[in-house]
Amino acid sequence: MSAIQDAPPLAAAAPRVSTARRGVWLVLGLAVALAPLWLLESFHLFQLTMAVIMSLAVLGLNIVTGYNGQISLGHGAFFAIGAYVTAILMAQADWSFYATLPFAAAVCGMVGYAVGLPALRLGGLYLALVTFSLAVAVPQLLKHRALEDWTGGVQGLFLMKPEPPAWLTARVAITPDQFMYLVALVVAALCYLLAWNLIRGRIGRALMATRDHPTAAEAMGMDIAALKTRAFAVSAMITGVAGALSAAAVEFVAPDSFTFLLSISLFVGMVVGGVASILGSVFGGLFVLFVPNIAESISRAAPGVIYGIILIVFLFALPEGVAGLVRRVLARLGGRSH
Amino acid sequence: MVRFGGVTAVGGVSFDVAERQICGLIGPNGAGKTTLFNVISGIYRPQEGQVRFAGTVTTGMPRHRMAPLGLGRTFQNLALFKSMTVRENILAGAHSAGSAGFLANALRLPRARAEEAAADRRARELIHLLQLDAVADKPVVDLPFGTQKRVEMARALISQPKLLLLDEPAGGLNHGEVDELAELFQHVRRSFDLAILLVEHHMSLVMRVSDKVVALDFGKKIADGTPDEVRSSPEVIRAYLGDGHAEAAHAA
Repeated sequence: MSAIQDAPPLAAAAPRVSTARRGVWLVLGLAVALAPLWLLESFHLFQLTMAVIMSLAVLGLNIVTGYNGQISLGHGAFFAIGAYVTAILMAQADWSFYATLPFAAAVCGMVGYAVGLPALRLGGLYLALVTFSLAVAVPQLLKHRALEDWTGGVQGLFLMKPEPPAWLTARVAITPDQFMYLVALVVAALCYLLAWNLIRGRIGRALMATRDHPTAAEAMGMDIAALKTRAFAVSAMITGVAGALSAAAVEFVAPDSFTFLLSISLFVGMVVGGVASILGSVFGGLFVLFVPNIAESISRAAPGVIYGIILIVFLFALPEGVAGLVRRVLARLGGRSH
Repeated sequence: MVRFGGVTAVGGVSFDVAERQICGLIGPNGAGKTTLFNVISGIYRPQEGQVRFAGTVTTGMPRHRMAPLGLGRTFQNLALFKSMTVRENILAGAHSAGSAGFLANALRLPRARAEEAAADRRARELIHLLQLDAVADKPVVDLPFGTQKRVEMARALISQPKLLLLDEPAGGLNHGEVDELAELFQHVRRSFDLAILLVEHHMSLVMRVSDKVVALDFGKKIADGTPDEVRSSPEVIRAYLGDGHAEAAHAA
């Protein structure tokens, strides 16, 4: 405890990790993130790319549901919109993938803000239902004849993943799959960094305060309506960027890739990884992608049953999510105060 | 005036709290203290009348605008942010002192950093002042009631309010803790430039710390003055002790 009180002023609000230790973690994290480039062959690397993307989608959901307490069962819709914005711009208008990213983020941010407006009047379960209906509606809208010229209707759209640039291929041998993994990793890392900054400061505290005790939050001068709608916008933006990445990684979008099951599995990922946890979102993404595969490898006939069993085991064994387990282990190892 | 259905909860009450004054609001159960408190803190909108704060009419104003004006408050049954530590709770109180939004925070722009550093500094001072050093980084839910009350006080003070509204601060505290609270009020008023409006059942605390006392009964103001004046007011004695006692108590 005494070490905590002696911490330098600026580090007070942030978890107290010394610079040296932070450096070690950074190198370790980079090594874990980059090792698959050499260790995995293309299909498994693709799966890992998708896991990174799902982690980003779960992070988005965690901002609005985990930190701000607004239940969304419809984040698959934002994922779909992000994917389609990128696909349409690349397939129909020949945009470069990178140029579509901010555009996908902006469109999803606006849709998210709009969804956040009725959310102000509807709390809890009602909001869950409204967002759920969004998740059901979006795939159907994407198929709709009025939009068919853009969206390709039921057939969907084909696109190409970004090519590794010449300056990179000239120096190292890198396949498009490896490059796509790198792109997903860099974009996701950037979003994680921004989200981390957001959550640990004034706005993050306000989001959590609004969730914990709205009346007290207002008495602290927090504008609940503004916070909630903006949280929805930011959340949709992040999940939308994940969708955009997935369109490029899969090189194909179709309405049936974004059923409401996607929304539910993002929600499951958030709970299993850790509600209101940035780190937990990483584990959530891994769960979303790999557990259904594991379930299918155990029983081809009834993967849903296996998935259910794995899920129940997770919830019983780790009631605070994987992030809660990591926190406990770190606390025991370091004897630190968390 | 506030009516609930046909019942007038509070009517025709008017009083002032001067700068740097501690004003106690007392009255028997059902006198309308909490209703009046909720009107002042913006939870209720009165059907008639207005609340003025430093020249601004605050009645009908959105609640989140009150804190930036300089109105801080605590709650009767504690309203801490349960998922947070003591320090985080106190820092949350600094919200109205800052202005950095989503973008500035996500990018950690210099403005956001400066605000955060200033809030950190003030939180540290308050943690020290309210003797919360030992528990500063503990989750607030793990703490005893009296300590949580101090956290709430620190959270209200960090935004440097000009008027602090305290809703039954002594509720649930034991004798020793009430004494400490009385000292704390004096100390807070000496070191912060603020006035305090205190709604309180605990009569001896109110009489000890207040510069001025307002007494309510049945939604009406029945007395207003120094603690001594209010204590000896026949109306107040009648309200608290009933009719038969008024003469006797006054004589004594």
